[in-house]
Amino acid sequence: MSNLFTYTIRIADSALILGQRMAEWCSNGPTLEEDIALSNISLDLFGQANGFYEYAAQINGEKSADELAFTRNEREFFNYQLVEQTNGNFGKTIVRNFLYDSFIFLFYTELANSSDERISALAAKSIKEVKYHLRHSKNWLIRLGDGTDESNKKVQDALEELWQYTGELFEMDTIDTELMKKNIAIDVSKLRPKWNEMIDSTLKTAKLNRPEDGYMASGGKKGIHTECLGFLLAEMQFLQRAYPNAKW
Amino acid sequence: MQNGNIKHIWQLLNTIPDPEIPVISIVELGVVRDVNLKDNLYTISITPTYSGCPAVTAFTNDIKKCLKENGFRNFKIKLVYAPAWTTDWMSKETKEKLNNYGIAPPSKIVICPQCNSKNTTLISEFGATACKAFYKCSDCLEPFEAFKCI
Ligand SMILES: [Zn+2]
Repeated sequence: MSNLFTYTIRIADSALILGQRMAEWCSNGPTLEEDIALSNISLDLFGQANGFYEYAAQINGEKSADELAFTRNEREFFNYQLVEQTNGNFGKTIVRNFLYDSFIFLFYTELANSSDERISALAAKSIKEVKYHLRHSKNWLIRLGDGTDESNKKVQDALEELWQYTGELFEMDTIDTELMKKNIAIDVSKLRPKWNEMIDSTLKTAKLNRPEDGYMASGGKKGIHTECLGFLLAEMQFLQRAYPNAKW
Repeated sequence: MQNGNIKHIWQLLNTIPDPEIPVISIVELGVVRDVNLKDNLYTISITPTYSGCPAVTAFTNDIKKCLKENGFRNFKIKLVYAPAWTTDWMSKETKEKLNNYGIAPPSKIVICPQCNSKNTTLISEFGATACKAFYKCSDCLEPFEAFKCI
C-alpha cells in the first residue's frame, strides 16, 4: 500500500464510520427536524467518504470504492476510534460529533492547501458541509450543557467518557511525515492549540467542564479499534457479505 | 457544426429539470460546469451540490438519457470537485424561479417567499434535501424552505 493510498483511506474511513453512526439515527431522532438533520449529516459524510474512496481506488486499483467500504475487515479500517463510539443518548452523539467536527473543520481547512489537487479539492468541498455540522453540534452542546440539570449531567458524562479518544486526533506517524515532505499531508499536531481554543470557549458557554487529560486511547490510524467497530461493520457490511455484488 | 453541437448540448441540458426542485434546470442550478469536444468525444463536466447529494446519480442518468435520445453517442460525463459548487453561481432569474416556487433563494437575509417579510426564524439548518434549510415566517407564520447559502 502506498502512503498516499493509506492517507486517503484514513480520511474516507472516518467519514464513512461516522456517517454510518449518524444513519443509525434515521427514524430515531428526538424530533422530526432533528431526525432530518442527523440523516442529512450522514449523507454529507457518505458523500465525503465516497470522494476519498474513489480517489483511493484510483491510486491502488485493487478495490473499487464500494469494495473498500464493504469488503474490508475491522483491522483494515483506519478511522479514528472517536467516530466509531456508539451513539448512546442524543447528548453523547452531540458530544462525540462536536469533538470530531471541531477537529475535522480545522483539518480540512489546512488540507485544502494540499499540493495534491484531488485531495485539496475534496477538502475544500468538505469544509462547506462540515461548517454546518459543527454549527449543529456546537449549538446543541450549548443548549444541552446550559439546559436542565439532567441534560447537563448527560453531556458532562459523555464528555468524560469520550475525552480519551481525542488524543489520537493529533498524533502523527511516518505516513504523515513522509507525505508532509511533499506538502500533501498536514501536520495535525499543529491543529491542537486552535482546537483547544474552540473546545474551551464552547464548553465555557455550555457550562461544562473540560475533562483532565488522563489515559488516551490510540491506534485507529493503524487499524486498532474498540469493540464498537466490529458491530458497526457487521451491520453495515451484512448485505454485501451475504450477497456479494448485490445491487439495488 | 461542432461548436454548434456544443451549443445544442447546452440547450438540451438546460431542459433537464433538477430532480428535487423541478422548476429549475440542472444548468440553472450550476451543476453543469463545462461541455467540450476533443477527438470526437464530448465531455460534460458536472459537480455535486453537496458531496452526498443523491440527485447526482439521478441527473447523471437524466443527462445520458437526454443526449442519447437526441442522437449523441460519443460523450462522457465527468465528475469534478474543484471549484466547489457555490450558490453564487445562481442567476437572478433562477433565484426568482425558486422564490415563485415557494423556496427562499440563497441570500444572507432570508425573506419569506409567501409574504416577503424579512422577519423570519431558522427552525433547522437541515431541510428535506441537502441544499435547503427550514425556516418560519414570524409575520404570516408560514413555515418554508430556504436554499442554503454556500
Ligand atoms: Zn411570511
